[in-house]
Amino acid sequence: MSTLAIDVRLSRGDFSLRFDAELQLDGITAVFGPSGAGKTTLLRVVAGLEKGAAGRVALGGELWQDTDRRIMVPAHARHLGYVFQDGRLFPHLSVEGNLLFAAKRSRRRSGGGPPNPTVHSTCKPPAERSKRRSGGGPGREGGARTASETGLSAVVQALELKDLLARKPDTLSGGEIQRVAMGRALLTAPRVMLLDEPLSALDARRKAEIIPYVERLACDFGVPVLYVTHNVDEVARLASSMVLLAEGRMAAMGGVAEVLERVELWPITGRLEAGSILEAIAGESRDGMTSLDVDGETLRVPAIGVAAGTPVRLRVQARDVAIARERPGQLSIRNVLPARLVRIEFAESPFVELLLDVHGQHLRSRVTREAVEDLGLREGEPVFALIKSVAFEGRLLN
Amino acid sequence: MGAIELGPVWLSLQLAAVTVVVLLILGTPLAWWLAFTRSRFKPGVEALVALPLVLPPTVLGFYLLILLGPAGPIGRFWVQLTDTALTFSFQGLVVASVIYSFPFAVQPLQNAFENVGRGPLEAAATLGARPLDCFCRVAVPLATRGIVTAVVLGFAHTLGEFGVVLMVGGNIPGETRVVSIAIYEQVETLSYAQAHVLSAGLLAFSFLVLLGVYAFNRRLPINRI
Repeated sequence: MSTLAIDVRLSRGDFSLRFDAELQLDGITAVFGPSGAGKTTLLRVVAGLEKGAAGRVALGGELWQDTDRRIMVPAHARHLGYVFQDGRLFPHLSVEGNLLFAAKRSRRRSGGGPPNPTVHSTCKPPAERSKRRSGGGPGREGGARTASETGLSAVVQALELKDLLARKPDTLSGGEIQRVAMGRALLTAPRVMLLDEPLSALDARRKAEIIPYVERLACDFGVPVLYVTHNVDEVARLASSMVLLAEGRMAAMGGVAEVLERVELWPITGRLEAGSILEAIAGESRDGMTSLDVDGETLRVPAIGVAAGTPVRLRVQARDVAIARERPGQLSIRNVLPARLVRIEFAESPFVELLLDVHGQHLRSRVTREAVEDLGLREGEPVFALIKSVAFEGRLLN
Repeated sequence: MGAIELGPVWLSLQLAAVTVVVLLILGTPLAWWLAFTRSRFKPGVEALVALPLVLPPTVLGFYLLILLGPAGPIGRFWVQLTDTALTFSFQGLVVASVIYSFPFAVQPLQNAFENVGRGPLEAAATLGARPLDCFCRVAVPLATRGIVTAVVLGFAHTLGEFGVVLMVGGNIPGETRVVSIAIYEQVETLSYAQAHVLSAGLLAFSFLVLLGVYAFNRRLPINRI
């Protein structure tokens, strides 16, 4: 856990960024907002790439910038790794050359040791944990080897770059470029990784392939990640906390589920269909279906291809949740969860949002105002949530 | 056909080589600045650099003669420094050639650096590379094509210049009598055979150099810039 304190101002033409917050970096923190909100600019300010930014930036005890005191640590001296949207690999170097470029220079930065996988206690989501452990992290015990060797082989292994080492960047696919870019950034022994929409140039299938690697940055290497995206599915999939940006200002900060559920933020988070995130444990898969355990309740979904016992995160859209006062029979919807109606949120539309509590987890439902009146729904009452469809993490990105 | 006078050839090559070195030393920082600056002075500096492209060599030569002459500001300073005159000397020719060939080196360099762009340099900086490190390990390899072009154009243009050399350097054997001047004199004195040898030599040399450059550029791995 480290604290990134940012208090900066930057004006450029019509756009101005004014950001003042302390981010508790742990695992993956998403910076989310519509395009033009200033997400990338904020990341660039943190990295020291925006010369015109005034104010203060500090990571933990390390002061990176304080323009009032005329302190501006240049980008090359800040202990961070930056993954650009387009990867920005050096075209004149092979993949190995790109990695070595970073590894050779990591020693010049004081502080941080070589990047080595260390299993991180706060890792989430923990999907695929067991698989990764069996792979085994080299390096933890490798004190005798030189720093860059240990770091390089660990990174090459974790991001599965071995087969790419001899290739030139212009022969790589978009996903491979981002994997190399992440590895390269990791090799500078950063204290924080800044990822600027690393998946935006990829198609859905490639995105799903890269996501586990992004998680490894935070999990296996214990480097906190600041992850810029305008894709809410990526936020829900990857991040534990988030910062919401709009028009160069911070609109909200907090846990992902908490922020995405706030009604007053919907004008910003709006393009996403409001929904909720459920955490579940995968059960046995049989006959093309998997059972998911949600705090003792069971959901049946088309097989998701993860081992039994694997924790998974589900996203359920509010419009896919219907409400019944009694447990219905003779119904095609298979997934019915007992819930308690916590809050009824009226908006200026024929629709109403219901906040439900399922054994402590929140679920949202979107029904018509008329339905609420006909059923006589009141806050605090038990109801049944009928879930029409569930999106599993990997498949959100379709 | 008498013995071919090689003196002017060597002198030309020396002049071109020294000029190219000075061009790279002075032109690279300027081209870098032009490529990345957002200063409002940029257009003015660009126009100044490009002037030799459009001015008649005589105009340039005339002002250089005044500037570099023992009475001129630069010439006087040079006399104080070295006790020799800049005009009608090899050093004077170098100064004149650098100014005359400046756009031929600066413009390809500037284009090359602009094509490299901020992207790779920012990436290198976030990887811990200091500015000079960024320049040597990232900008130069990516700008190789432009650098080769600048060297060749600077070299070839210096070899071929005539008017400025004549006005600033005159025709002193072993000091300022370069190939182009020697050819001019041979033609004036109707020594066509000699003039043929030097002219054809210069023609063939220039063609081969350009051929070499274009062939090299084609084989360069970074074709996109």
